[in-house]
Amino acid sequence: MSVAIRASGISKRYRLGRREGYGSLRESLTRFFSNPFARSKAEGEEIWALKDVAFEIAERQAVGLIGRNGAGKSTLLKVLSRITEPSSGEVVINGRVGSLLEVGTGFHPELSGRDNIFLNGALLGMKRQEIRRKFDEIVAFAEIEKFLDTSVKFYSSGMYMKLAFAVAAHLEPEILLVDEVLAVGDAAFQKKCLGKMEDVAHSGRTVVFVSHNMGAVNSLCTRAIWVDKGQIREEGPAQQIVAHYLESIREGFVVGNAKPDDKLVFERVLLKNRAGEVTTTFRGDEEILVEIHYTARQKIPHPHFIIAVCGAYGELFTAAMTFDGLTPDAIEGAGVIGCRFKPFLLLPATYTLVIAARAADGVSNLTASKYDAAFFSVVGLMSEYGFDAPGADSQVVNVNAIVVPYEWQMPDGSVRAPRLRSP
Amino acid sequence: MAHTDDATLSDAQILDQLQRRPPVSVTVIRPSRGWVPIDFRELWLYRELLFFLTWRDLKVRYKQTALGALWAILQPVLSMAVFSLFFGRLAKVPSDGIPYPLFALSGLIPWQLFAYALTQSSNSVVANKNLISKVYFPRLIVPLAAVLSGLVDFSIAFVVLLVMFIVYGFVPSPALVMIPLAIILTIVSALAVGLWLSALNVRYRDVQYTIPFLTQFWMLVTPIAYSTSLIPERFRIVYGLNPMAGVVECFRWGLFGQHAGSLSLIGLSSLMVVLAFLGGLAYFRRVEKTFADLA
Repeated sequence: MSVAIRASGISKRYRLGRREGYGSLRESLTRFFSNPFARSKAEGEEIWALKDVAFEIAERQAVGLIGRNGAGKSTLLKVLSRITEPSSGEVVINGRVGSLLEVGTGFHPELSGRDNIFLNGALLGMKRQEIRRKFDEIVAFAEIEKFLDTSVKFYSSGMYMKLAFAVAAHLEPEILLVDEVLAVGDAAFQKKCLGKMEDVAHSGRTVVFVSHNMGAVNSLCTRAIWVDKGQIREEGPAQQIVAHYLESIREGFVVGNAKPDDKLVFERVLLKNRAGEVTTTFRGDEEILVEIHYTARQKIPHPHFIIAVCGAYGELFTAAMTFDGLTPDAIEGAGVIGCRFKPFLLLPATYTLVIAARAADGVSNLTASKYDAAFFSVVGLMSEYGFDAPGADSQVVNVNAIVVPYEWQMPDGSVRAPRLRSP
Repeated sequence: MAHTDDATLSDAQILDQLQRRPPVSVTVIRPSRGWVPIDFRELWLYRELLFFLTWRDLKVRYKQTALGALWAILQPVLSMAVFSLFFGRLAKVPSDGIPYPLFALSGLIPWQLFAYALTQSSNSVVANKNLISKVYFPRLIVPLAAVLSGLVDFSIAFVVLLVMFIVYGFVPSPALVMIPLAIILTIVSALAVGLWLSALNVRYRDVQYTIPFLTQFWMLVTPIAYSTSLIPERFRIVYGLNPMAGVVECFRWGLFGQHAGSLSLIGLSSLMVVLAFLGGLAYFRRVEKTFADLA
């Protein structure tokens, strides 16, 4: 069997320190003039999103990439699709690659459905001839014949998604790289997408499929690669790897690494849904139970636990005993502290948790605060929240936010509000 | 492929395989170091995307504006009117014997192509960050498409210029062949600056605020409202360091068959264009790998 993708020693390093990713010229200039030789020092902390990853994917194989949020799956997919360069290592790909990291990439709201089919097709790597040949099929699949010449800004979000998926579904590369974007939406739409994906996977093409939906991985893929903390933890038959992965999820996030003289050790963090199941995927209005498993190395009176949920730009909300004063009287040995965040609306995105523990004075740390102690994803479509603008699903990418009811006061004095609902 | 020895394959089987399997394209991904050469073959493969992105920019712009293509005429013509009144009529700026309105318009039209192309291309990478972080394609396509979309407006405005040219009773001279050269120089100049600024804009968002100032300032040091002949001879070389000075001269030379500046000014400007362009290309290629992570 010949090899479709061979990756050897892939690493990807990101420089932290500037979360927003870009700086101002002034900052760079002042930094340069104040200390022209301190360049490498000023670059900030480094993290390895991928570290020495090596694998082979055989031709005509469907492989699932699984792992927790932030494990490096998406980065790996971006490296394979050449969107970002690895910091070291090499990938050899035999065959024409098509990657689908998002549905409807490059869709322009002002352009008609017809125009967007061509534009999106070209972006996905289709030739004009090829798009023309498949045009009728795409339109039929999307069921938008009547609105072909209407700007997509007038489409409902359902129509928009259907059209976007229709174009993507007609891509015929030899190797297809797909992110889990295809697995969002209402059940019927998901089924249609997965059905189409199944056709692709069984049509003898090589497919690499990133997903949190273990059912989909099991049914679509023969093999799976489990990525954990930027490295391959295990690979093998999909059923087996999925089973192992699910077992590990139940154990929660392992925190550990406390200093010898820390009074308290954070062992694990578990996220549970209303049914009490350990998960990392929530709906937008689900309650979230955070459980911190700790070991107190001595008797600690009135410890202050703090849990903060963060988006890309900092803390969104928090439960802090330093605010409410609701501390346990004393803890000693192994124990669990839980915090149930009552249902409220969160936009679909990935969120991280910071946990901290302070002594009775509320100031001194019992152990270092743990950033990124756990992750969770909120999944869903914007239309399910009542946000009906076409393209809202692509606008919300990386917007970590809580939804609060609001109304616009228009220049003409009228008041307009979105009809928000729970997804 | 799991197959037995070649010897046991019949000719029909081999033929069957050859037909079934198109030539395999092999991609090797590895980190680039330092300066990255330009992959012309790949750019050629993606020529349709260049076309579609240019077409998208045009279509969206014409769709969003009420006057659409009329802007291409209104902008230079209104500027010409104001220039003619203040510089031509009131300040009596000499225009080398050419009627002042025609003189001003012949500078404004290549200038507007330049300014538009420069602005669009400088913002292009940031404006298309959603594409860059989700799909692979040669990143050079983005500023290139932005620049090319300016050519349509230019063509429309150029027709207006030709009409005026004839109305004023001018006859094209053999120097007309200089016009295509001038257009190419304008595009390359804009792209040269656009490549630098679009790449810098990803890292430093300050860049986008400097663009309006830059184009305004640049216009003043370009012979649009005035003639190069106003510049003392000994400063012409310094003046020629501005690529657009030579471009506008070249354009007027093609139209009127006479050039106020010296040929060396055009030569120096062209050299500057080429140098800035090559530098921009090299810089862009060097930093484009960070676009998806930063944009």
